[in-house]
Amino acid sequence: MANIAIPNSIPGQRRTTGAWRALGTVRRYPIFPVAILLIVLVIPAVFANWVAPHDPVVGKLSNRLVPPFWVEAEGEGIYAKSGGTTAHLLGTDKQGRDILSRIIFGARVSLTVAAISIVMAGIIGTTLGLMAGYFGGNLDHLVMRLVDIGLSMPAILFALVLATVLGPSFQTVIIVIVTIFWARYARLVRGETLAIKSQDFVSRSRVAGASNTRIIVRHIFPNVVNTIIVLATLEVGQVILLESTLSFLGAGLPRPTPAWGLMIANGRELLVTSWWVAAMPGVAILLSVLSMNLLGDWLRDRLDPKLRNV
Amino acid sequence: MQRFILIRLFHSVIALIAVSVIVFGLGRLSGNPLDTLLDVDATADDYARVSAYWGLDQPLHIQYLTYVGNVFTGKFGESIRFPGQDALDLLLGRLPATLELASIALVVSALIAVPLGVIVAVKKDTGIDLVGKIIALMGQSLPNFWLALMLIWVFSVYLEWLPTSGRGTWKNLVMPGVALGYFQVAALMRLTRSSMLEVLDTEYVKLARIKGLKEWRVIWKHSLRNALIAPITYFGLILGGAMTGSVVIESVFSYPGVGQLAIDALRAKDFSVVQSVVIFFAGIYIGANLLVDILYAYLDPRIRYTH
Repeated sequence: MANIAIPNSIPGQRRTTGAWRALGTVRRYPIFPVAILLIVLVIPAVFANWVAPHDPVVGKLSNRLVPPFWVEAEGEGIYAKSGGTTAHLLGTDKQGRDILSRIIFGARVSLTVAAISIVMAGIIGTTLGLMAGYFGGNLDHLVMRLVDIGLSMPAILFALVLATVLGPSFQTVIIVIVTIFWARYARLVRGETLAIKSQDFVSRSRVAGASNTRIIVRHIFPNVVNTIIVLATLEVGQVILLESTLSFLGAGLPRPTPAWGLMIANGRELLVTSWWVAAMPGVAILLSVLSMNLLGDWLRDRLDPKLRNV
Repeated sequence: MQRFILIRLFHSVIALIAVSVIVFGLGRLSGNPLDTLLDVDATADDYARVSAYWGLDQPLHIQYLTYVGNVFTGKFGESIRFPGQDALDLLLGRLPATLELASIALVVSALIAVPLGVIVAVKKDTGIDLVGKIIALMGQSLPNFWLALMLIWVFSVYLEWLPTSGRGTWKNLVMPGVALGYFQVAALMRLTRSSMLEVLDTEYVKLARIKGLKEWRVIWKHSLRNALIAPITYFGLILGGAMTGSVVIESVFSYPGVGQLAIDALRAKDFSVVQSVVIFFAGIYIGANLLVDILYAYLDPRIRYTH
């Protein structure tokens, strides 16, 4: 068989120069998204204490509203606008806090919220989905009705109501996101379980005397792991967006947490004079969510093409 | 088919009832509205009188049943913030504004997504395909409130072309429409692209090419017309999504729609209005999905039996 392997390209036309090979690698693997993710999200989140040039919460009022470093000073007298300095690369906010440092610590906040809530929603949704799909019957009905309810809640408004009840806090944000996101895992995993359950290897292991728990954990779960990973990756971006929206509306993380959504809210009234306060954290959200989505798309095509429509 | 529709309808009603119970319970948990309603020096007598008026002295389940009973007679509960007005009337009064905004958002996303989807399908697997994909994904990756603020910064602060808030002229709709519509571009573009790819592969398109028609005619007339069916069935979901998404955008642009009403009501602990809006939005979502499910089940009989 080895002799008739189909070549990937016609040998005579193969270009082997380094540049071409590099370009091929770039197209085949999500190098740019991963690089951006690492630079914007992961490295700042993990090493915030070492990477951030200034304190994210305490600022100096004498340094308030310094523009980013590339903005030059203009005007004279009372109309004078100061220019940016390299001490504050992305400028400072109203309280004189360094925006770059706040964005870096904000990455840690966003990533923590996303990781905790996605793991929790994933565990709850996967467990319920596996059990509903495997055991069927009334349990299945119950879980599917709960999924219906979870999916039909208008996310933002429900989150706002819940946040009003619980008060803005870290736990509130986690609870809100988990309540909204678990249902998608449950629905997807249930569907997959139904398909896998009817395959021969499951009935054979039952004949061989495997318990229900063993069949679910050892035979069905490994077959849905890819789906769960793809869904989780695609949802990181959505969780970051939802958390920042809640914080922006004052129903998410409390001040003075350096959360990206809160920073944008702070810049809202300063748009006319100091655009950078609102603009910079938004760029951070855009870059991290976009690269996460690109990575998720790539993973989906690689691991689970069935999920095209998610 | 009838059985399928009945079951799905039944499930939808259960979901809607559950949503109403949850929101009702949460509303009551969010604090006593009397604290905001009455002055600091109100006596215990005042409290008793006012809670009896609002029915707040009853046990929770009685309050809920009264509420449900009233809903069936078309009363969603008197607003606490606007005494004498029913929540439903307030909601309906704001509905045209939100519908208008959501329609503009739909037009914006269709205007971007459909041409982009066609171009990307024709130029499949080239650099243009990748660029188009990134333009669409950007919409899904931008926080829409941030996009709204950046639009304000460019078009209101810098260029002074468009007003920052309010409603009335078409100028008020441009920025909220774009901020709301761009998010939906990715899904719609993907749909257009895949159905366009299918159509481009058919015999009649090949025939059109063989006949020697100009390429742009083949693509934009013969192919696109047939490829549009799938994206158009998706329009309903976009409209629903834009309506529920309007909460944030309306708040940024102080646009007097349902979303703004909900946020104001929430701040004033105006239960009846909050729960009406949540149930209304949930109803839109459930209704849109039910419609799409039935449509798909009608088109593809296999679906009817797997559920």
